[in-house]
Amino acid sequence: MRGKVNLDVAAIRRDFPILAQEVKGNRLVYLDNAASAQRPRAVLEALNRYYERDHANVHRGIHELSSRATRAYEGARETVARFIGAGDVGEVVFVRGTTEAINLVASAWGSYAIGEGDEILLTLLEHHSNIVPWQLLARRVGAQLKFVDIDDEGRLRMEQLEGLLTERTRLVAVTHVSNGLGTINPVGEIVTAARRVGARVLVDGAQAAPHLPLDVKALDCDFYAFSGHKMCGPTGIGVLWARRELLEEMDPYQGGGEMIELVELDRSTYKAPPHKYEAGTPNIADAVGLAAAIDYLTDIGLDRIGAHEHELVAYALERAASIPGFRAFGPGRGRAGVLSFELGDLHPHDVAQVLNDRGIAVRAGHHCNQPLMRRLGVTATTRASFYLYNDRDDVDALCDGLRAVIEFFS
Amino acid sequence: MSDLRELYQQVIIEHSRSPRNFKDLEGANHSAEGYNPLCGDQVTVFVVVEDGTIRDISFKGSGCAISKASASLMTAAVKGMTVAEAEELFGRFREMVTSEHDAEIDEEGLGKLAVFSGVREFPVRVKCATLAWHTLHAALEKKGEPITTE
Repeated sequence: MRGKVNLDVAAIRRDFPILAQEVKGNRLVYLDNAASAQRPRAVLEALNRYYERDHANVHRGIHELSSRATRAYEGARETVARFIGAGDVGEVVFVRGTTEAINLVASAWGSYAIGEGDEILLTLLEHHSNIVPWQLLARRVGAQLKFVDIDDEGRLRMEQLEGLLTERTRLVAVTHVSNGLGTINPVGEIVTAARRVGARVLVDGAQAAPHLPLDVKALDCDFYAFSGHKMCGPTGIGVLWARRELLEEMDPYQGGGEMIELVELDRSTYKAPPHKYEAGTPNIADAVGLAAAIDYLTDIGLDRIGAHEHELVAYALERAASIPGFRAFGPGRGRAGVLSFELGDLHPHDVAQVLNDRGIAVRAGHHCNQPLMRRLGVTATTRASFYLYNDRDDVDALCDGLRAVIEFFS
Repeated sequence: MSDLRELYQQVIIEHSRSPRNFKDLEGANHSAEGYNPLCGDQVTVFVVVEDGTIRDISFKGSGCAISKASASLMTAAVKGMTVAEAEELFGRFREMVTSEHDAEIDEEGLGKLAVFSGVREFPVRVKCATLAWHTLHAALEKKGEPITTE
């Protein structure tokens, strides 16, 4: 990791209009990026430009606007494919977000690939969106869920993962980066282990795509899912990447316009992937907005963004160490920009409420990680999560804020 | 800071640090579990009801300062009340924490519970303040299912 911060954070902050505001009379310190990030002007302008000049429905109009909208939408798909290292643009399916991507796989692939007595291997680091769809599927088909535990630092117990893989394991569904602890999982190693028993691998990339350089080909997984709104893009747009042969063999997820070739009264034929999975008028504008966000992040460099966040977390851990009762969860090293912690016996809701009074936005709660919280022995944590526009002043404000919280409740 | 001090009045902080009736209750003939999915907070309320009167009441669980203090003050307030009086107080309490910020507070009818009037300025905290009350209501109705604030 680079020790030196080389992002021009002041210039980056000027790109984000929302950050130039006060909350409760204080400069807004936005540290809830793992829940949702903010948008740079480039994204807002791309959305505006699209609606002001180019909007029409896609793939069906002869007229000028429809062909412009189609070009913009399919151009966005190409941008995504380049960003994640997909060789084939047809492997990029636009969805509403990570949650829909995982539900799509559970429904369109899981319904025929997973049967009674089969096993799905998950981990205690999973977000509810990578647990509940599999519970629903398992109940429907009579499959069994198994979970890989973590060690005391919040890393997956890889030897246990190896042991839990059996010839009945059909799928390993694992998060790339933990939203609760920031742990970066060794996806490559997991894929290698899964291959030995012939299991497919789905990676929840919601917390990775915004922060790490991505290469789905190098990861060698089968499905990769992520959301636009956590990476400076609009809400309501996300991506499922899947191997072409899987997209060819899977049934459609939803039926409707746009996804068909020929419709007869009792049957239909479907378009080739990815359009087979995009029934109805798609979220054209937000796909265009996501592409603008990707361009923005790529210009700065995902490796530099990741290193910057890493440096901020290290600085925060160092500064917070002297705060009475402060205890961080998660690995000491090799983690993404997520800092989950407790502050003595103060409840995270109360911590977040007092921080809010100082203009500081953090998340308090279980972070859609109830099994993980149970494993950590807490009902909730306070979580600060960093992004490219955060700086050491934000960390200082957080630490001063935490001291004020202690003072307030003493 | 004034809104925040209104929310966390000294009585609330004090009750959250040393909650009253925070224990199991032997001989309880009504109990219910309440749950706030937003933050994972959980409370169990135990009640001894005899001849329509709440003879004894206690609670256990984990939660933020607001929810703990609310449970604590609730148990102190309803002990000795008839079930109907407790339900009526719940109604007044709920009305206060969800009222408009300039609405009159019924201090006489609410007694000590008026310290929660600041909650109405923080709509996301209403569930914290009412969790114990919803749970008491469920216990008195003897609904077996755990209740949630959703």
